[in-house]
Amino acid sequence: MSEASRVPVAELIGVTREYRMGQNLVRALDDFSFTFGRGEYWAVMGSSGSGKSTLLNVLGCIDRPTGGDYKVDGISTARLADDELSEVRSRKLGFVFQSYNLIPQLNVLENIMVPLFYQDDPPEDGEERARKLAERVGLAKRLDHKPTELSGGQQQRVAIARALVNQPALILADEATGNLDSATALEILALFDELHAEGRTIVLVTHEPDVGERAQHVLRLKDGRIESVKRGQRNAAGAGA
Amino acid sequence: MKHSTLVRTVKLGISSLLLHKLRSLLTTLGVLFGTSSVIAMLAIGEGASEEAQEQIRQLGSRNVILRSIKPREDFATGGGQSVRVLSYGLTEEDLGRIAETFPGVARVVPVREIYEEVRFSDRMLNPRVMATLPVYRDVTGRVVSEGRFLTDQDEQGVANVCVLSYEASRYLFPVTSPIGEEIKIGADYYTVVGTTLDRVRQQSDLAGAGKSSSEVFIPLETGRKWYGNMQVKLRAGSREMEEVELHEIVVEVEDPANVELVANACREMLKRNHKQSDYEIVVPLELLMRAEETKRIFNIVLGSIASISLLVGGIGIMNVMLATVTERTREIGIRRALGAKRRHIVSQFLVECVVLSVGGGLLGVALGLATPLVVEHYAEMRTIITPTAPILAFLISSGVGVLFGIYPAWRAATMDPVDALRHE
Repeated sequence: MSEASRVPVAELIGVTREYRMGQNLVRALDDFSFTFGRGEYWAVMGSSGSGKSTLLNVLGCIDRPTGGDYKVDGISTARLADDELSEVRSRKLGFVFQSYNLIPQLNVLENIMVPLFYQDDPPEDGEERARKLAERVGLAKRLDHKPTELSGGQQQRVAIARALVNQPALILADEATGNLDSATALEILALFDELHAEGRTIVLVTHEPDVGERAQHVLRLKDGRIESVKRGQRNAAGAGA
Repeated sequence: MKHSTLVRTVKLGISSLLLHKLRSLLTTLGVLFGTSSVIAMLAIGEGASEEAQEQIRQLGSRNVILRSIKPREDFATGGGQSVRVLSYGLTEEDLGRIAETFPGVARVVPVREIYEEVRFSDRMLNPRVMATLPVYRDVTGRVVSEGRFLTDQDEQGVANVCVLSYEASRYLFPVTSPIGEEIKIGADYYTVVGTTLDRVRQQSDLAGAGKSSSEVFIPLETGRKWYGNMQVKLRAGSREMEEVELHEIVVEVEDPANVELVANACREMLKRNHKQSDYEIVVPLELLMRAEETKRIFNIVLGSIASISLLVGGIGIMNVMLATVTERTREIGIRRALGAKRRHIVSQFLVECVVLSVGGGLLGVALGLATPLVVEHYAEMRTIITPTAPILAFLISSGVGVLFGIYPAWRAATMDPVDALRHE
């Protein structure tokens, strides 16, 4: 493992996130510094209250640190305006949620295309891209179905296709298999393995050890700090290690 | 690209609204009824005022009309014990004074009414039988449809001729032409020489309340000669003797600007010469001005009602949109996480409001345009739809949607994405 050859995709520099809970000040992230490199597949683990959700929110630019800086693909986010931060989300990030979070009134194809709608300068080939991704996740024949007409596994596939449509620098998954039965969960995890093999950067938050096992590296959190970092051997393009 | 974004936002808005069809429909009802009632009420109001103004105009805006009215019983000069004779009203003297001494008066026309039945073969009618001069036609703007009106020769020759109004002639002569026929007024025969067009049906008390609009004209002298001043009026169950010289004097003023002056002069003159108030003065111009004032007030009241109903409609939309925003908090969170900027969320909800209010507005315009037609058909009222009414109502209703959508949309856009995503 050569630290020097890593290209940083998500870089946390002394990030602190404090919440005010009544009279108490809670530090969900405490002077947190860490770098996720390109092509890496990380599982973030920890007990509840360890700060992993906050970390994911900060990584996803939907929450702002109260201190420190966070760089996505080289862009420092500390001083970005709300609109600029939204643009970063729509261009650089892909989200996969535990409860799929598809938009009920849109069909499969439209759901996949949502992140493109919100880009300042949307690509011309958006629909073509969405069709290809739907095909890739095995839903080519269900393009005009509404989310309620799909099974949980299928909905999560749509969500993954949606997370890929903007060709993001970083894919964030929050308990992506939490709502699925074990067979379907394995299918979804296999899909993540494929993405990793293609060289995508993935950060997967989970509390299930066997899901964490599947990832390349594991980051453990406790009380808003890093508890342990376990680097694995497998790597995408065979580089590193 | 901009265009397709708008199209997509509108389509998305419509599909979101269609998820809750009943709710969306109920929400639009407020705007729908607001808009339609504004249009319908304006149309009916406009029609009614137009009708009133036309009636007044027919009386002649340059005219001052003096009428004899029966004074209250206690002022009446009683006759003998067995037969009561009521003596009241305008006199030939009044007529002479106005005609000779008043400046600015063009023509003065006396009218005597004769309380007699009119018969032709087995048909009988109780019209307003008026003995008057030939100029009556000019001064009051009646139009001859067939034959001729009374002439000076009729007057000088004390001829037994008459002119029927359209309604009278239609009743007495349903199929044949009345010209040249002899009808009986009271006990005497008269030759019909012409017919006039009816005026608009008089609904108000402007000209003889309760009387039919059928009229029969005979020469003034003929009336004077055959019927005298003393007339027997048959009322339900009673007999009354009345002595009236003139029932009506129509004064035509040369310059419309002087109508009020002449009216005041008449008022003064009559006050001095009549011990009892057995006359009334009708000034159509004053009525016209009063009608216009009434119309203005009516429009203000209508405008207030309209704005209140649209306000209520707008509040309805706002209420539902606030509930919708809360209900769709999670969707807002998802969209924000996927890169939606605040303005995207604002436009999404604003478009839904506008679709609701424009939809309600369009349906309201349709209903508002249809209502006057129904009213016209069933209530036989005249309605006038001015082109500005539907346009204005529509613009205001759409504006209401935007206005009352701003706050819910702003609430949606300023939600914290993390909290919104956590929302169940």
